[in-house]
Amino acid sequence: MALNRDFVGRTYSPSAPYEVSRVKIREFAAAIGDNNPLYRDKEAAQAAGYPDVIAPPTFPIVFSLQSGGEALVDPDLGLNLAMVVHGEQRFEYVRQVCAGDQLVTTATITDIRTAGRNELLTVRSEVTTVDGEPVCVTYNTIVERGGAG
Amino acid sequence: MTATVKYDEVEVGQEIPVVDYNVRRLNLVMYAGASGDFNQIHWNERFAKMVGLPDVIAHGMYTMAQAGRFVTDWAGDPGAVVDFGVRFSSMVVVPDDDQGATVSVSGVVEEKLEDKRVVIGLTARSGDQKVLSKARAVVQLS
Repeated sequence: MALNRDFVGRTYSPSAPYEVSRVKIREFAAAIGDNNPLYRDKEAAQAAGYPDVIAPPTFPIVFSLQSGGEALVDPDLGLNLAMVVHGEQRFEYVRQVCAGDQLVTTATITDIRTAGRNELLTVRSEVTTVDGEPVCVTYNTIVERGGAG
Repeated sequence: MTATVKYDEVEVGQEIPVVDYNVRRLNLVMYAGASGDFNQIHWNERFAKMVGLPDVIAHGMYTMAQAGRFVTDWAGDPGAVVDFGVRFSSMVVVPDDDQGATVSVSGVVEEKLEDKRVVIGLTARSGDQKVLSKARAVVQLS
């Protein structure tokens, strides 16, 4: 079943603040097998000019879908989550995510389209600090396999 | 926050040699926990096959993270990456054995931009398949 095009253009309420912790960054870096000291060692990070340990480039995926996540489980959208795989991902960084950041995400569904037998849904998420400082923008496209059939 | 690679020392067409990254089921379980993505296609073989996949597949974001690591290791500073995007063109199937799968990442300097930025085109393969396409990172060099 095709996804409901009425969802295109919907912007969701900003997420509750996500607090970036050193422990979570370390856990994420360990999971991807990256031993870069800037992800683990506060002194090394400060020597490199950062206020605290920084997160790997793909870390914002941990929190950036929070705000729009409710859309994906909305029955009116018609998404079969069991058939979903990741299609595309992009991050535009304003600055690095650091331990201690309090981040708020605001998601907008920017596109829903058909590609062959699949349905593609794109979410753009703006990530700022609680004080409104821009941190990054993420673009996430998910694919519902066979969704167009 | 400075890249160790100097803008003046790279040329368009310059290749960044391939690095192989191993991915086993354990990595996927760890990544599920770290990322919060518990989609069963990444750890439950029975479920993966039920929805028509050949076996458990790696999170696309796990593969993207390896490509990110390739770029940050080259640049010498994770903070040097200012833009990073990929398309997941095929799946990394991860068998339940001690070998797992291998993701091979390589890169090429595609373009030199203003303000000492460069575009790195990335290639990631697993077996015979290209697993990332349209993969590019914009990196701030020194």
